[in-house]
Amino acid sequence: MRNVNTIFQREIMSYFYSPIAYVVISVFLIAAGFFFAGNLQIHQEASLKGSLDSTQFFLLLLTPVITMKLFSDETKSGTMETLMTSPVTDFDVVFGKFLAALSLYAVMILPTWIYVLFLTIFGNPDFGPIFSSYIGLMLMGGLFVSVGLLVSSLTKNQVVAAVIGIVSLIILWVIGYLSEYGDGWFYEALRYIGTYDHWSSFTKGIVDTRDVIYYLSFTALLLFITVRNVESRKWR
Amino acid sequence: MIKVNNLTKRYVNMNAVDDISFHVKENEIVGLLGPNGAGKTTTMRILTCFMPATAGTATVAGYDVFTDSLNVRQQIGYLPENVPLYLDMRAYEYLMFRAKLKNIPRRERRKKIEYCLEMTGIKDVQKQIIGTLSKGYKQRVGLADTLIHDPKILILDEPTIGLDPNQIRQIRGVIKGLGQKHTVLLSTHILPEVEMVCDRVMIINKGKIVAMDTPSNLMKQLKTGSNLVLEIKGEGEKIKSSLSGIDTVESVTYRKKDDANEFYINGSGEKDIREDVFNCIVKDNYILREMKRQTITLEEIFHQVTTKETEEETANA
Repeated sequence: MRNVNTIFQREIMSYFYSPIAYVVISVFLIAAGFFFAGNLQIHQEASLKGSLDSTQFFLLLLTPVITMKLFSDETKSGTMETLMTSPVTDFDVVFGKFLAALSLYAVMILPTWIYVLFLTIFGNPDFGPIFSSYIGLMLMGGLFVSVGLLVSSLTKNQVVAAVIGIVSLIILWVIGYLSEYGDGWFYEALRYIGTYDHWSSFTKGIVDTRDVIYYLSFTALLLFITVRNVESRKWR
Repeated sequence: MIKVNNLTKRYVNMNAVDDISFHVKENEIVGLLGPNGAGKTTTMRILTCFMPATAGTATVAGYDVFTDSLNVRQQIGYLPENVPLYLDMRAYEYLMFRAKLKNIPRRERRKKIEYCLEMTGIKDVQKQIIGTLSKGYKQRVGLADTLIHDPKILILDEPTIGLDPNQIRQIRGVIKGLGQKHTVLLSTHILPEVEMVCDRVMIINKGKIVAMDTPSNLMKQLKTGSNLVLEIKGEGEKIKSSLSGIDTVESVTYRKKDDANEFYINGSGEKDIREDVFNCIVKDNYILREMKRQTITLEEIFHQVTTKETEEETANA
């Protein structure tokens, strides 16, 4: 666990040394602010539901940008070799990087609390759905980050990692909509795999264990595959 | 300290390392020598647990590299080729990161880093961002990193590549100093380096060990002969015929050089022929301006052992 912490610290440091953290956070806050203001104007409703729905799309675009360099950069610059010949396990490295990216994600969505502040000043929002939305946001963030992390471990090109990451997340998002076109186990499965359905129950104020389990297990599975993939240099 | 037995690494269509075995004793500096693509880096990567071998065993400091990988990694300091570093970090930060990663207790970290900064001479650049450092300094940051946890074994892949001659000398000095307390395995294709630094040389070619001994023994082993180069003033042909008269001389050739002649004499056998040649010259009253022994350099040995095989192959084909 100490090694996880060491890796975590370095990655966080590296985020804030490079412009990535600042760019991603700024872009996200501009977009989120725009959607918040827009939704407020249209619906005149003291809730975050509408705006968070739209911001989800931006999280989808921006999370792979956060994760793109995590492994690609190390493979490309060769630091993978120094890293993997130090006394750390592959899991330490993967999990440390995962936590770092997830923390940056958290830092990114943290300032949106100011919207809640506005809502309480000028209206009377229901805090239940707001809380559950943030729980949902973090769980979804874990999934998005683990997708990006896996993709990053597959290529040494950061741009490729970002693009494939974004495409994968979009597919994961729209796959849920496809379930509306039919019945039966196949469409039911699509609905389950897609992120949208699980996410929307959080915005309604429902913290369903099924959704929690969906996010956690999916994240764990992707992290597991990433560890295996990092390991695969040994048997490829 | 390092024991390698029948190690093989097979890639899809070739053997990068082909059934090699060697031992490295404690506090010994061993040079791994070979042309590009000979399998040096692959061997080192196996020893540092970066990739496994296809067959064979290797133990480092008593731990098996396949089953006891974490313990092995704790014992070695590895400097890969091209010295990969995190270019966005400051030198001191980087070393701190590596110190934590290598499980150095919190209290000792500062002291160890100070020591390594001192040892590699990068004290004045410790606050600089690594990306802005020159190649030589980056190399030293990498070297400092390999030393930080005071490993028993250092594995250095071409530690002096891309440095200027002064830096090369400094790094060599550092490595030589390290050899007193550490076991060092270093790879290079710069030959004088091996002669200067290493206790033992291992020449590998196409994944196989073709020669392994001390540098001086290697030179003795291969046909050194007793070849002399002389500069003699006088009439070329006459001198040649009298020199050829000596029993121990096998052949004499010469060419004109300024106002004198340069002679190349091949002696027969291992006997030192310098006295015979000198006596002959004095007897005939020629003016001897220079006499030196032509020693075979490691470069020639290297060339001989790495090309011999290809010649044989072409002969067989």
